[in-house]
Amino acid sequence: MLRQMYYHPIHVTIFRMAAQVVPVLTKLFDDYQKTTSSKLKIIDAYMTYILFTGIFQFIYCLLVGTFPFNSFLSGFISTVTSFVLASCLRMQVNQENRSEFTAVSTERAFADFIFANLILHLVVVNFLG
Amino acid sequence: MTSKTTSRVGATTLLTIVVLALAWLVGFASRLFAIVRFESIIHEFDPWFNYRATHHMVQHGFYKFLNWFDERAWYPLGRIVGGTVYPGLMVTSGLIHWILDSLNFHVHIREVCVFLAPTFSGLTAIATYFLTKELWSPGAGLFAACFIAISPGYTSRSVAGSYDNEGIAIFALQFTYFLWVKSLKTGSIMWASMCALSYFYMVSAWGGYVFIINLIPLHALALIIMGRYSSRLFVSYTSFYCLATILSMQVPFVGFQPVRTSEHMPAFGVFGLLQIVALMHYARNRITRQQFMTLFVGGLTILGGLAVVVYFALVWGGYVAPFSGRFYSLWDTGYAKIHIPIIASVSEHQPTTWVSFFFDLHITAAVFPVGLWYCIKKVNDERVFSEFRLRFERQANNLFISVILYAVSAVYFAGVMVRLMLTLTPAVCVLAGIGFSYTFEKYLKDEETKERSSSTSSTAKDEKLYDKAAKNVKSRVPDCVNSNVSSPVSCVLSVRLCVVDGNSHYAFFFCVSFMFHNANEGEETGVSSNVRTIISIILVIFLLMFVVHATYVTSNAYSHPSVVLQSSTSNGDRLIMDDFREAYHWLRENTADDARVMSWWDYGYQIAGMANRTTLVDNNTWNNSHIALVGKAMSSNESAAYEIMTELDVDYILVIFGGVIGYSGDDINKFLWMVRIAQGEHPKDIREENYFTASGEYSTGAGASETMLNCLMYKMSYYRFGETRVGYNQAGGFDRTRGYVIGKTDIKLEYIEEAYTTENWLVRIYKRKKLPNRPTVKEATIPIKGKKATQVNKQDLTLTFNFNSLQGKNKKGVIRPTPTSAKA
Repeated sequence: MLRQMYYHPIHVTIFRMAAQVVPVLTKLFDDYQKTTSSKLKIIDAYMTYILFTGIFQFIYCLLVGTFPFNSFLSGFISTVTSFVLASCLRMQVNQENRSEFTAVSTERAFADFIFANLILHLVVVNFLG
Repeated sequence: MTSKTTSRVGATTLLTIVVLALAWLVGFASRLFAIVRFESIIHEFDPWFNYRATHHMVQHGFYKFLNWFDERAWYPLGRIVGGTVYPGLMVTSGLIHWILDSLNFHVHIREVCVFLAPTFSGLTAIATYFLTKELWSPGAGLFAACFIAISPGYTSRSVAGSYDNEGIAIFALQFTYFLWVKSLKTGSIMWASMCALSYFYMVSAWGGYVFIINLIPLHALALIIMGRYSSRLFVSYTSFYCLATILSMQVPFVGFQPVRTSEHMPAFGVFGLLQIVALMHYARNRITRQQFMTLFVGGLTILGGLAVVVYFALVWGGYVAPFSGRFYSLWDTGYAKIHIPIIASVSEHQPTTWVSFFFDLHITAAVFPVGLWYCIKKVNDERVFSEFRLRFERQANNLFISVILYAVSAVYFAGVMVRLMLTLTPAVCVLAGIGFSYTFEKYLKDEETKERSSSTSSTAKDEKLYDKAAKNVKSRVPDCVNSNVSSPVSCVLSVRLCVVDGNSHYAFFFCVSFMFHNANEGEETGVSSNVRTIISIILVIFLLMFVVHATYVTSNAYSHPSVVLQSSTSNGDRLIMDDFREAYHWLRENTADDARVMSWWDYGYQIAGMANRTTLVDNNTWNNSHIALVGKAMSSNESAAYEIMTELDVDYILVIFGGVIGYSGDDINKFLWMVRIAQGEHPKDIREENYFTASGEYSTGAGASETMLNCLMYKMSYYRFGETRVGYNQAGGFDRTRGYVIGKTDIKLEYIEEAYTTENWLVRIYKRKKLPNRPTVKEATIPIKGKKATQVNKQDLTLTFNFNSLQGKNKKGVIRPTPTSAKA
């Protein structure tokens, strides 16, 4: 027993765990394709786009620097907040969560989303410098 | 049926509005004592700066105000006011002034400033009503609104004339918390955005916003840990946090702090955690438990470890500032005294005494643990509820947790610093409102409904309780200790208060806890109508006592402008001592416009505001070494002080001296802090122990040390004081504040001269002498004719050139020039 454990170094364990993770992720993706409504897929596409924008901004700041710090911050926070607001919208629109958001109809959720975005981008423009 | 219900709703609404309006009115009126007794005047110290800044803003416009560089403060450094101030207060009163102006009500900006805090107290009451309504019930809300309107803990910072940030910030605090609770309840982005906007107002108004940006994440974290995560929490927290962060960065004074300092990092950490938890919840419904655990445990440990490592790396790399000293002083009360004497020297930063809890909160201090207990009980009761009710109850319980956390953290902070009593008061009022409302609901219910609900078996118990109450309440005191097991918090508090307050309030607090305990028990047993009547009457009496106490405290303790002093003569007449304004007016009228006035930092804002003269240090204590330099000048001997004053271009020196009238807040009593702060920066020149008597106590009397008797502060305070006599038999120089005759009465000033002393000697102003320019001509070339005059000049030369060593040479017999000869 002891010997067996000895023969399994850490990288083997990690490899095993990774091997476990891959099918989980594929299953998640398949599930997603099947069960998600088209409305949510549009929001997801928007979120993916924002995610890539955010990653791009982050790489840029690593390579070039964050010199006008307020500009960088306003850009980056704008991305993060847009992403978060979109995910909030997604939660509220999602039929699975209907019972939790009794006070928020789909139209109301979208109006709220626009309201929050309006505030956000007014501030971002102000902060951009 | 429907018309009946609508009329009922209408009546309730009307009643609510009337009660809130009355609360506003009473809150406003009870804050006007200072104006009725004195006049419409700005109080204390900080309000003078706020007033001056507001005045500047109204005169020059908002953008000029944001770019205002004040060259009249912190001479010779100056202060960038626009970037070092929370502008919310000025903008608010500027806005009100502008609105009134455009409506053709032409009021001076000072009136707006004076009446701003009382006006906002009404808004605070309304915000508290809404918060409590969301948490518990409208009835509790009305109670809470009435409590906060007159609660002395809040009044202390918001009387008319006390034009300070706290006056509007407490409103912002309550309103932000209300919106947070609301957004959590509905899960709507709109309420979260509103919450962020309200938070922005709070940030622009007061540095205490750090409390709420840590309290809300704490609440979110508690909910996650207790397994109460919901999509609503995610929506409200994340959208609030993102908007709030970028909004708060718009305030110039806050700047990049939300991403740069450790105080704001917990909020960010919870934000990150929520993302992960949300992802987990999304995944949980789609995969098996086994797979979920793999993802959850693996992912969370890796990310958590990574987050900690990144945080420390950022702190180490200097990208994120570590926690500040002010933060540490909240956890370790001795910290400030050792490391930051300037914080410890402020009286409102001292730990709170038990008496002041009673003094500031009165009955609400005793009742709020009851409200807290009810909230905790409700959270616990959840397990009992059936599955059907679970969802609804859960939602309500999330809110109870918020108020529990609010109260508990506020109690802690209020215990650490007197000043933070202010954040405790709203929480206490909310919980006391809940406590009273719940108890009254129990005791004022209709007899019949109660009868129907309670079974016949309870009649025996009823009788027993009837007997209990028929006896004298005071004799029941030992019993309540036993019977109070169910509300231990309240009991502990009442015991603590009893110990402090002595016998007078023994019965008082025990009665309170006894009755609330009964209310708690009454749920199951049912109480007889007599007991209910008696207890209701007693509770009403308590409420009336609270009103009396609140009015008394407001009138006697918190309504003094401290710019104008009041005392009474032997036959009871009021005696107004207006020395401060007399002195500041003298400075304004009789000194050059660019004259620099040195004083201890307490009076900086007043000098700038009332005398309009340049100051060296003021209440915005941003530069410790500059303050230490002034402290060093005050605590050195005259010649060394002269050197410092020359370097700093000081023209006048102002000291506050209370020895004549017995005013205890004077500079001699503050002097030890000046020495300590000076010692912190100049340990070689200033040593605290040199200022003590041989027996090690602080005194300016007979045993005072040589250093003490020769320091500038002593000389300026007691110059010519020996000439004063209290009575015929008493020796000259009897200090009424300290209660003894001072150590040295024949004080001669060499480098400064007395310029002005006010009527009651409260403020003494000295002028730094300009020593005449030295002639560069040699002695031989001077005509013989004026031999005497040359000699005088020669002595003057010694005076200047041997400046540093003069004191030492004095002992060796060099003739020291007297001020008169220097003048000649």
